[in-house]
Amino acid sequence: MIAPVLAADGLTVRFGGLTALNALDLRLETGEILGLIGPNGSGKTTFFNAITGLYKPVAGSVRVDGRDITGASPQQVCNAGMARTFQRSRLCLPLSVFDNLMIGNHRNLDLGIWTNLFRRRGLRNQYEEYAGIARNLLATFSAPLANRLFDPVASLPMIDRRRVEICRALIGKPRILLLDEPSAGMTHEETDELMDDLLAARAQLPMLSVILIEHEMNLIERVTQRCAVLNYGEKICEGAFREVAADERVRKAYLGED
Amino acid sequence: MGDRAATLTAVLLGLAALTGFTVLFLEIEQQWEIAALAVAAIAGLIAFRKFGGADRMERAAAAYPRVAIALALAATATIAAALHDAHFALLMLATVALYVTVCLGLTIQFGYAGIVNFAGAAFFGIGCYATAVLTAHTGIPHLLVIALSGAVAALIGSFLILPILRTRGHYAALITIAFGILFKTFLEVNDTLGGPQGLKVPPMTLFGWSFNDPIRIGANFEASFYLNYVLLAVALAAFAYVMVRRLEKSWMGLSFDAVRLDETAAAVFGIGVARWKILAFTLGNLLAGMAGAVYAMMTGFIAPTSFTFGDSLILVSIVILGGLGNALGVIPAALLLLVLPEKLQLIQEYRFLLYALLVIAILLFRPQGLLPRRLRAYFSERGAT
Repeated sequence: MIAPVLAADGLTVRFGGLTALNALDLRLETGEILGLIGPNGSGKTTFFNAITGLYKPVAGSVRVDGRDITGASPQQVCNAGMARTFQRSRLCLPLSVFDNLMIGNHRNLDLGIWTNLFRRRGLRNQYEEYAGIARNLLATFSAPLANRLFDPVASLPMIDRRRVEICRALIGKPRILLLDEPSAGMTHEETDELMDDLLAARAQLPMLSVILIEHEMNLIERVTQRCAVLNYGEKICEGAFREVAADERVRKAYLGED
Repeated sequence: MGDRAATLTAVLLGLAALTGFTVLFLEIEQQWEIAALAVAAIAGLIAFRKFGGADRMERAAAAYPRVAIALALAATATIAAALHDAHFALLMLATVALYVTVCLGLTIQFGYAGIVNFAGAAFFGIGCYATAVLTAHTGIPHLLVIALSGAVAALIGSFLILPILRTRGHYAALITIAFGILFKTFLEVNDTLGGPQGLKVPPMTLFGWSFNDPIRIGANFEASFYLNYVLLAVALAAFAYVMVRRLEKSWMGLSFDAVRLDETAAAVFGIGVARWKILAFTLGNLLAGMAGAVYAMMTGFIAPTSFTFGDSLILVSIVILGGLGNALGVIPAALLLLVLPEKLQLIQEYRFLLYALLVIAILLFRPQGLLPRRLRAYFSERGAT
């Protein structure tokens, strides 16, 4: 059996006296889409923050392809091949779509002072190459959006901002994509559209593994192969969506005790 | 074709207006004329921007860099010729060019990377004092002294950046304010650096030619020796301007923006936030120190009172007035803020009151400044307008 692309073991995060994540074990197989669900405050985003280096776990470990990245800095996590979106969109609104995508492509950019200030021709070749890549990537999501590559993100509607955010995470060719509630702030139709785009983009990237945090259950049912349910920082159930949805503990977590 | 004509008109009009304004502003003496000219300049600038003139100028300059340099040289030559024997006007002009250089440094720090630096005058002062010491105690060629003074300012700045990196927002600003005040106090009590009396600095010499010897052409043309310094200062400012623009239109400029706008998102995508902040701070202080070096050699005398917190405030006001992050905006803003109080005796006493009111007015009514920053265009297409 191949090692999982992402493995968290006994991951624990505490804020003062509050245990936000308690000894969480989670595995993500290559090419899999895993749904991460649970009531508000159950630790889903905390899990993302803990594995991307924004929070330091107090116990447990995180491995990517068997390599230990526990407590690594966000940059090291990025270099290990992990990219994410944020629940509240964190795009750079005054910058263009292209600039935002290039932030996602940062580890491929030539950042030497000499190239950037004096070898403008070399820089131009790079710029043209990446502009083409960015345009193609956007086009797999939305053709009209690809034509707005040099418009400020602030001028885009919410659904296009989400698309840009997902493209920003994808353009660096990550192995693991973490989506934090991509449907937030959008209508059902828009969310469906976005998920269609995402599935289409993923069809071209069979090795990409995804963890999706979502509250919309029909969306989880449609796109994920497997789900993990968190409650109070602990994993209470794991399995295919139908099994999970039928589970007594999950119903209690969402609806409370009778 | 109509588009090209419009661009040509915009370029020539903009250039002529800037040249004419500079000469007039430095020459006229009547108080009401100066006030009227300043108001006209601000209104003209906003209108110029509004009707797309500034945009066209910038794009044309990016598409035809050689023509742009030639035109800029012609404008400088015109101004220099018109003012060649007016000592005071030339001194002011050189000072403006040096302040522009410092403000371009602040643009990298504040406008791009988001580090507010309220110690601009201190780094300018470090450059001055480094030059005084280097010229007095070593035989290093003066052109190299300018570069070294910049390096000294950058080096001292790289110590200051450490506490700044550990703080956020207002607290980082407070650290720079504290540093600026410390620097001045340190100079006042330090006897080896002249204490409150300051230090004398020899004039700039270039390959054996002293800048304090005026240029003479024939029998009837004798320029003020300040003209030499104007040319040097303008050359330094032009160099800084070109470098800052290139920096902005590159992956480096993008990285600075990413760090300023969202540190967390930047870090998640592998951008080393601390590294980029250090780089921005260092490059900015390098420019400030180099400008200080030229200033010291021009005035021939430096004292702690020239590098107060108030001077740092002027620098920040220029950057905000010009349009935060827009290198071009710094030029008219520096002209207005530095020359106006010198010319309008009425307000000289109240200059800080005026600055404060101006900054408040700008932040209230035009927070993006006189010439707001535009979206990054890495490369301008020739012919496309």
